[in-house]
Amino acid sequence: MRIASLRQLTLARFREFIREPEAVFWTFVFPLLLAGGLAIAFRDKAPEQAIVAIVAPADGDSVAMQTAAALTAAASGTNAPLRVRQIASDSVDDVLRTGTVSLVVVPQAGGGVEYRYDDARPEARAARQVTDDVLQRARGRRDVVPVREVTISERGSRYIDFFVPGLLGMNIMGSSIWSLAFAIVTQRNKKLLKRLAATPMSRLEYLLSFVLSRLVFLGLELAVLLGFGALVLDVPIRGSIGTLVLVAFVGAAAFGAIGLLLSSRSRTVEGVSGLTNFVMLPMWIFSGVFFSSANFPAVIQPVVQALPLTALVNGLRAIMLQGAGLDVVWPQLMLLGAYLVVSLAVALRIFRWQ
Amino acid sequence: MTAAEISTLALEVLALKKSYGDVKAVNGLDLQVPTGQCFGLLGPNGAGKTTTIEICEGLNTPDSGTVRVLGRTWDRDADWLRQRLGIQLQETQLAEKLSVLETLQLFRSFYVSGRTIDDVLDLVQMGEKRAARVGTLSGGQKQRLALACALVGDPQLLFLDEPTTGLDPQSRRQLWTLVEGLKREGRTILLTTHYMDEAERLCDDIAIVDHGTVIARGSPRTLIASLGADHVIRLGVADGAHPVAIADLLTIADVTSGRQTLTGYELRVSSVQAVLPSLLAMADTRGIQWSELSTHSATLEDVFVALTGRELRDG
Repeated sequence: MRIASLRQLTLARFREFIREPEAVFWTFVFPLLLAGGLAIAFRDKAPEQAIVAIVAPADGDSVAMQTAAALTAAASGTNAPLRVRQIASDSVDDVLRTGTVSLVVVPQAGGGVEYRYDDARPEARAARQVTDDVLQRARGRRDVVPVREVTISERGSRYIDFFVPGLLGMNIMGSSIWSLAFAIVTQRNKKLLKRLAATPMSRLEYLLSFVLSRLVFLGLELAVLLGFGALVLDVPIRGSIGTLVLVAFVGAAAFGAIGLLLSSRSRTVEGVSGLTNFVMLPMWIFSGVFFSSANFPAVIQPVVQALPLTALVNGLRAIMLQGAGLDVVWPQLMLLGAYLVVSLAVALRIFRWQ
Repeated sequence: MTAAEISTLALEVLALKKSYGDVKAVNGLDLQVPTGQCFGLLGPNGAGKTTTIEICEGLNTPDSGTVRVLGRTWDRDADWLRQRLGIQLQETQLAEKLSVLETLQLFRSFYVSGRTIDDVLDLVQMGEKRAARVGTLSGGQKQRLALACALVGDPQLLFLDEPTTGLDPQSRRQLWTLVEGLKREGRTILLTTHYMDEAERLCDDIAIVDHGTVIARGSPRTLIASLGADHVIRLGVADGAHPVAIADLLTIADVTSGRQTLTGYELRVSSVQAVLPSLLAMADTRGIQWSELSTHSATLEDVFVALTGRELRDG
């Protein structure tokens, strides 16, 4: 292997990429937009207020009026657990259907109340709980267990903390596979591959140059995303940066090799797009980018855990959020390494140069 | 053939066959290219030139037949051969985002030894364009860059597949000058073309290829001489009718051969001066109106027509 040509091939990849401003934009800016958007959606805020409506009591129904008064009293003040408004009896279905309130209280003859809500909605169940407590206590119920409440909002346990490592993994997968697949299929389509195959160029070096150029960009992607996560979103990095970078690099190399494999036969960009989507889609869903992969049934867990993105995301998360070291994440590293070696070896065998 | 003769062959192809489905692209083709020669494969599109040259370049495998390049075979010495061959493919789009210099640096890095990049840039007269992106080059400049990529490894044998196809006349002549320079350096070149003027100007020796086999071989001069006629007379008739039997025309003294074309006749003659009066006299006596009468010195095109009854550009 001659270092000179591996260097030249990698440089060529690098130059072609940075001279494509759109590609650079989407590689770096898209994940930032996504993370920024999620940070706004999941920013720290006061506990949710239950939004409740009560059917306006008829004149002279004193019990119903007391019920309404109790709710209104509970809804006053800055930290009120609920917000309440009165509605006409004929608009009950309307407000429930449009979801503008979570629960409707309908006073009944004889002093009771009826709760109308959709028990499939968590906020509706919460509203029922809060409303019921207020009404029962107003009528004299006494809580018998003394309770002291301590609430926490710990850095590292927010959704954004969970999501940033997932986003990082997803970005590594996407940029590695896409950029390689497009570049290679375009070169094949323009017969540049055939021209290169007519030179003494080492075919392994050619494929490696793609993986290496991915690693150069990964350095930048990693710096941008982690920097944004740490500085803007205050996402912790509890493990060592070195381990984190190692896992990210091995992951990028593995996905680079998978990208090579996916593009080893296709002659058209359309063809390779279908194939890459087919391969990436299950990982977007199952690999725990947006929510924990533990949510999936035990039956499919072996498959889920064998996906390279699951390994990458779990590894990154363990390092960033739990401060895990190599002693913990080595199985993920080994799995990614295996994907790298096997994909590269198969790609080299079946690669179509013309 | 003696051992000494074999060793002077840069390329030897014997009984080469290659089919794609039912189409016999190459059908028993033989070639011998001596070292130091510029050898041309001349033939219409689809004659099997590109398939042949790609098999010689190691980019394609034959169904049967033998190919020895620089005395070696692709089976056993592929790496050795790739270091020593310069290749220009019929259509390659080099990476548009790279500069001329970067492209050449890349190709140079594949070869253990070769020419300096400045040297090659001078050779193809692209020194001023060294910093330009490939995407901004004209067709002729791209083709010269492709030639530079083929030369950067200082090849013993150069393959040029249709080097001037699609170029404007000025770029073609510029490329011809470059190839003539390479010939003066004593390089062995195999080039394919469907332009007879290109083959006539550049090649020491030519094989005319049609339907996957060599139908004639020799220097351009010998091939033209084989017609037995130095000139060609074209006669046009007004309404596409053919008022004279071609046999009658062939009886005229000094007419070597000829044929009826769609619009008239084509006669190969040893002396225009001797034949013209007879043609005019025939027109007079039979009341024929020649709508066109032209003459030219015989070319390779005429050789191809004489051999196949078709014109090169008919394909």
